[in-house]
Amino acid sequence: MTTTYREAMRAALRQALQEDERVFLMGEDVGRYGGCYAISQGLQQEFGETRIRDTPLSESAFVGAGIGAALGGMRPIVEVMTVNFSLLCLDQIVNTAATLRHMSGGQFSVPLVIRMTTGAGRQLAAQHSHSLECWYAHVPGLRVIAPATLEDMRGMLRLALEDPDPVIIFEHNALYNREGELTEVAVADIRRAAIRRPGKDITLICYGGNLHKTLEAATASAESGIDAEVLDLRSLRPLDDETILASVRKTRRAIIVDEGWHSGSLAAEIGMRIAEQAFYDLDAPLARVCTAEVPIPYPRHLEQAALPQVESIVGKVREVMGQNV
Amino acid sequence: MSAPTSQVSREQGLRWLKDMIRVRRMEEKCAELYGQEKIRGFLHLYIGEEAVAAGSMPELSAEDAVVATYREHGHALLRGISMNAIMAEMYGKREGCSGGRGGSMHLFDAKTRFYGGNAIVSGGLPLAVGLALADKMQNRQRISVCFFGEGAVAEGEFHESLNLAALWQLPVLFICENNLYAMGTALARSESVTDIHRKAESYGIYSSAADGMDVVSVNTAVRAAVTRIREDKKPAFLEMRTYRFRAHSMFDPELYRDREEVDQWKQLCPIATLTAQMKAQQLIDDRDIDGIEKDTAAEIHSAVEFAEGGHWEPVEDLTRDVYTESR
Amino acid sequence: MSEFRLPSLGADMEDATLREWFVKPGDKFKKGDIVVAVETNKGIIDVEIYDAGTIEKILVEPDTRVPVGAVLANYVSDSTRMRISPAARRRARELGIDPVNIRGTGADGAITVEDVLAAAGPAAPSAEATQAYKPESSQETRREPGREAKPSSATELEPAAGMRQAIAAAMTRANKEIPHYYLSTSIDMTAVLHWLEQHNARRPLPERLVYAVLLLKAVALALRKVPEMNGFFTNGETQVHAAAHIAVAISLRGGGLVVPALRDVQMSSLDKLMTDFSDLVNRARGGHLRASELQDATITVTSLGEQGVETVFPIIYPPQLAIVGFGSIVERVRAVDGEPRVRSTINASLAADHRASDGHRGGLFLAEIDRLLQEPEKL
Repeated sequence: MTTTYREAMRAALRQALQEDERVFLMGEDVGRYGGCYAISQGLQQEFGETRIRDTPLSESAFVGAGIGAALGGMRPIVEVMTVNFSLLCLDQIVNTAATLRHMSGGQFSVPLVIRMTTGAGRQLAAQHSHSLECWYAHVPGLRVIAPATLEDMRGMLRLALEDPDPVIIFEHNALYNREGELTEVAVADIRRAAIRRPGKDITLICYGGNLHKTLEAATASAESGIDAEVLDLRSLRPLDDETILASVRKTRRAIIVDEGWHSGSLAAEIGMRIAEQAFYDLDAPLARVCTAEVPIPYPRHLEQAALPQVESIVGKVREVMGQNV
Repeated sequence: MSAPTSQVSREQGLRWLKDMIRVRRMEEKCAELYGQEKIRGFLHLYIGEEAVAAGSMPELSAEDAVVATYREHGHALLRGISMNAIMAEMYGKREGCSGGRGGSMHLFDAKTRFYGGNAIVSGGLPLAVGLALADKMQNRQRISVCFFGEGAVAEGEFHESLNLAALWQLPVLFICENNLYAMGTALARSESVTDIHRKAESYGIYSSAADGMDVVSVNTAVRAAVTRIREDKKPAFLEMRTYRFRAHSMFDPELYRDREEVDQWKQLCPIATLTAQMKAQQLIDDRDIDGIEKDTAAEIHSAVEFAEGGHWEPVEDLTRDVYTESR
Repeated sequence: MSEFRLPSLGADMEDATLREWFVKPGDKFKKGDIVVAVETNKGIIDVEIYDAGTIEKILVEPDTRVPVGAVLANYVSDSTRMRISPAARRRARELGIDPVNIRGTGADGAITVEDVLAAAGPAAPSAEATQAYKPESSQETRREPGREAKPSSATELEPAAGMRQAIAAAMTRANKEIPHYYLSTSIDMTAVLHWLEQHNARRPLPERLVYAVLLLKAVALALRKVPEMNGFFTNGETQVHAAAHIAVAISLRGGGLVVPALRDVQMSSLDKLMTDFSDLVNRARGGHLRASELQDATITVTSLGEQGVETVFPIIYPPQLAIVGFGSIVERVRAVDGEPRVRSTINASLAADHRASDGHRGGLFLAEIDRLLQEPEKL
């Protein structure tokens, strides 16, 4: 069935709301407005104001309320409009959601799902273009996932709701309008990374909004005789070391494509894990394609230059393969 | 606004006295144990403020939820967590009410719906709002009570939470324990308006202030607020004017307040005040107090023994309880 | 690898006696460091080194007299330190190849696994073949028919898993691509053993020969008569080689085997062959084979006599044309001049590529080996 990522997530929300009375959605402009990215359009008419709950601009309070409601037996889906605004509720996520289970000696779990849009690329400038997934992926007690395919966009929410602990879903803004063929929803997974393109020469590790760029780069690299394998992480925390290492041990080379800034990035973490566990399997230095160390600039050409692109990925692939240009 | 003390019955008064003395003596023991390095980390004592917890807890039902701060030993004890479990938690033993993982600042107990032990100032308010939201959405009649200090009032989360609770008409009782100092910062040095309960009024929340050094006054205010919440299904706000006699935490030279000020407030000690009043009215005599002190000493003695005899969690279990195991 | 040689410290200096080393293997040194003291006819002189690097191996012990120009030590120069990927380094070690002469094609000219495999010769597996590795019957499992073949798996064979994979890939390819035919004959070794006994009796231990050397020489000489056993089959064509570079299968103590070549065996004296053979075995087991030794073998000889095997059914190492197997020497009753006699015999078997030769030629080849071994003094 042909659909968009936006529709896939909306269908996932609708299904969750239909299947479980404890599920409700809250966030800024999720109701009347239909969601900043029109994800929840029509849902308030369908499920009412109580379950599609507009909140004031109080990220900390409504994320904290989501935690409390989860403790109180509900299955809240909290939409923080974008990762940029999630900095206003970082305290609740990191200090409360992630720690409650542990601090209480296992007495209280927090079955909360937080959705947020992430990523740059739409000329929204420095304050609205962050990719801070790695901040959350740093924190024990959280599960962090990122759908990259239509199937995952459609199927991950349900899996997140089934999880008894807090789950953060990062949805890249570049995906919403994307259209494609939605196959089986059952293939969605939030535990295992997926090989999206098998190859034997080099592993390209990516997630979320950069999967399509990376697949394009793999196709382009094939023209130079390089057979790249593309690995979609799906889960940013915990990382599926097993799948990552199996792929790298096979190809003996790895590039991590990550829209976060280089320093202290998820790419850095993955690279380190490979170095720790697969050093003797490596046939080339590890490499990464990340965002340049600059707040995202407004002009299009500069923004594009700052972000990972198909060309920069292809260039890095050739460099690692020893095909110096 | 407080009820005349003359209305206190012997039975009621003795209970409050016992509650306050239990908290006081337990904490004094904690301070001693801290000096012996049995208890470590931060230890924030409630001494001086006992009337607030003692006057509040009896008005709550078992189904209600309590959210507190890092100065929560008294709330935990009077909510019904055993002194044994609290003491073992202070020691970091497996038998503690949080399995030893939380310590002094993070007492939790599912049985009594005691949700911590939240040590980020104002961090517990959204939690209480959420608990109340869940109750409202599930048509349950219970309420959530959130204790916090006046330092939280300067935080954004305080205002966000009050607004949300009022906007969504949630059954939350906010109890601000105004002890005049956010660690070392005096209220007047941090708030443009020091009449804290008026801030709640600005959100359209029923709000009042009470003498936090007087357990009767506290109890009267809490009873009224709880009744309103149960009837109106709306939040309420109480400002309890109180004072801590001890330092903010254990390692605090108290450069920010005068000895005389502390001594003045100590004259208002809620235990001494209630004892004197009840004696004057010949409701109790020294034997009653001695009896309470003796029982309390025995309870503390056995709690310390319990904690001493508790077990350290094996290091192999280090990463337990980060995620739910069953998933 | 670089060589530190005894410098000429004066026009009249021809040699010197090494007295003392100031460095040991693993030591780093700077340009100008004094590394050794030597005694010349003018007294003891400290010798400095004009490079920076790390000592790999001391080759001359103290109190040894050596001529000017003699290599005193091997070292890795900082300037020529090679770039090699961790995976390539490991694979090279597994294959017993010294990567020093391998040309790197990876990032920044680093040596990659592909480079190592290419250097290891045509028999070495491609990355693809490595991945496709499946347990196969091979020379290794056939040699012990009495023992139950263990299921092969990568984990079981660690740390030699890479080598196991290499063998697997080569043997799989051989079995898949090469139409083998097999011939076997029993050769009387009595003359060889008799000759060896007399020959060795006159010599000190280090100079004594083993019968395997005679077998190698016989194979090499037999190739002159049946050259189509010697060379390669590639791209549908047989390339016959004149020079007999005979690969010898050497099993390693840690498991696995390598097949380095002895070059120009047809031209070598038995003594030289013996020296080369010992050296090769030692280096193979120490992991110090040269890449070239693994690349240019034109035929392989495998002997499993030590294991008590009577007959070997070998598999050709692609793209070679043939492999000769020898079992152990056993005493058998044979008819000699119409009389039953107990003779020492060895079973020689041949596996040859039917695309390059026929059984008739193979038979001739074995017969020629037999004939040559009856006159050991002429080898």
